[in-house]
Amino acid sequence: MGWAIALHGGAGDIPLSLPPDRRQPREDALRRCLRIGVEALKSQMPPLDVVELVVRELENCPHYNAGRGSVLTSKGTVEMEAAIMDGNTKKCGAVSGLTTVVNAISLARLVMEKTPHIYLAFDGAEEFAKEQGVETVDSSHFITPENIERLKQAKEANRVQIDYTQPIQNDAKKEPPMPNGDTQLGTVGCVAVDSHGNLASATSTGGLVNKMAGRIGDTPLIGAGTYANEFCAVSATGKGEAIIRGTVARDVAAMMEFKGVSLEEATKCIVEERTPKGTVGLVAVSAKGEIAMPYNTTGMFRACASEDGYSEIAIWSSDLKEVSDVH
Amino acid sequence: MGGWAIAVHGGAGVDPNLPPHRQEQAKQLLTRCLHLGISALNSNLPAIDVVELVVRELETDPLFNSGRGSALTEKGTVEMEASIMDGTKRRCGAVSGVTTVKNPISLARLVMDKSPHSYLAFSGAEQFARQQIVDNDYFITPENVGMLKLAKEANAILFDYRIPIETCGAGAGKEKALQMNGLPISVYAPETVGCVVVDSEGACAAATSTGGLMNKMTGTYACELCGVSCTGEGEAIIRATLAREVAAVMEYKGLRLQQAVDFVIKERLDQGMAGLIAVSNTGEVAYGFNCNGMFRGCATQDGFMEVGIWE
Repeated sequence: MGWAIALHGGAGDIPLSLPPDRRQPREDALRRCLRIGVEALKSQMPPLDVVELVVRELENCPHYNAGRGSVLTSKGTVEMEAAIMDGNTKKCGAVSGLTTVVNAISLARLVMEKTPHIYLAFDGAEEFAKEQGVETVDSSHFITPENIERLKQAKEANRVQIDYTQPIQNDAKKEPPMPNGDTQLGTVGCVAVDSHGNLASATSTGGLVNKMAGRIGDTPLIGAGTYANEFCAVSATGKGEAIIRGTVARDVAAMMEFKGVSLEEATKCIVEERTPKGTVGLVAVSAKGEIAMPYNTTGMFRACASEDGYSEIAIWSSDLKEVSDVH
Repeated sequence: MGGWAIAVHGGAGVDPNLPPHRQEQAKQLLTRCLHLGISALNSNLPAIDVVELVVRELETDPLFNSGRGSALTEKGTVEMEASIMDGTKRRCGAVSGVTTVKNPISLARLVMDKSPHSYLAFSGAEQFARQQIVDNDYFITPENVGMLKLAKEANAILFDYRIPIETCGAGAGKEKALQMNGLPISVYAPETVGCVVVDSEGACAAATSTGGLMNKMTGTYACELCGVSCTGEGEAIIRATLAREVAAVMEYKGLRLQQAVDFVIKERLDQGMAGLIAVSNTGEVAYGFNCNGMFRGCATQDGFMEVGIWE
């Protein structure tokens, strides 16, 4: 028993050749956010507040696909979504189709606490944001030059680009490499448990490059991308449609509850046996303070720490697991 | 394999004072839809096509609150949503915030079949539906305009994010009436229609359609084992991941369909009120609800058929 925290910045086909200038800022952000979460847990902040706090930080980081840094729809707009869930009460809140709200995760929290509903979207969600007085900005704030380029490339390739996929290779002629060398963006998420076993989960995303306007992914769907109960808290990332079909986050909790398996066994089974290869990664913590961060993609930006002094920041399975002193 | 089975619902939470002729109408519609599904199954239509066909019929009839007949938002508009899932491949499609589409369930099917996504909402969904557009007025029936007026007078907010006022001056002193979604049961209209089917090949499918608020995804689920469609208070259904839960306890605890349905209704709803219909790949059919009534009907290949409203 003891507190534990895990966070992710998306899973996908992250090339091992990711250049240092693309890798470093993301690792720095993971480290900084992990430290913020650890400090908060150590000062007895409830896990629900911790996951919100950490995801806000990740949303504010332009290197990840959530908040500022969100990828663009086929129309060149942003449509952000997020969900948060408290394990003890199973209270939850979710939002989709946000265009002006700076921190989608905090609006999801307000939906959970200030409305009789769970899920608000598009105009209704924006209206609610204004009524609650949360920080909003012009939509252009979220749009980075990098993401304009990504959309352009996705459109040229005429496909929906999943978080990490490389540009489609044209067999007829060699495509020039992407100017940025990658499309490394990801959904962000955080799960946390305190020493009393209270669990919470939060996930936030800008979705897919070149997605159809109005597309809703797994992130805001309770039980798909985000779930917490008294057994565990889970935040998933990857190909949204596969995560929805697999009800991935809920499935981890269901296996623990109904089959009595451990967090590690449950997450391993979901990621290795029950979802197609190359589609899913997740971070999870159990009530006992265990941590699991499996993925079946090339890599996943991830970080974790627990009260017993363990911590790790990693992208691939082969890379040196950096053990940093965040305690 | 145990042959085909089908179940339909027209929503949970029924006004106990619903006039007998309205009850009769509801039963007749449920029976008609069951027969439609049965003849489709007898002519070997796959489960996924049968659930779409039957829910289209339920959407088209204004009696239940989906498609034509949808409950109105506070602004007096309709915002419909629908979700469909094919158990054999676990493919799914869903739409929300649809205002002009005649049959949201068929749009959900198109999202599943023709888009790279699983879920489209609001203007994006409308755009996707361009070919099917009909006038919004088509969905607004005079009876529903009256319903909105009643709800406003009751000072409760319909399908909107504002918190319903617990007790207002007018209601004070009266005994606490039966409520669903914060509305007196006499004003509340069951929001949802649904259908679940297993065909004689053992393929399961589920479809749900509603005029209510966001997120039918959690109210519809199908896999290799079973198909489930939920109705009732959406928030309770989401929190319990209710439809998925039936499949989870069947798969991971080894419960039979009816046991699984009883378990989730009893253990998973807390204070929320909801109901569901379900079929298994062995041709069983089951339903359950924890509110006073649910419009439902079910039938199996061996000749069993039941249509009912109350417990």
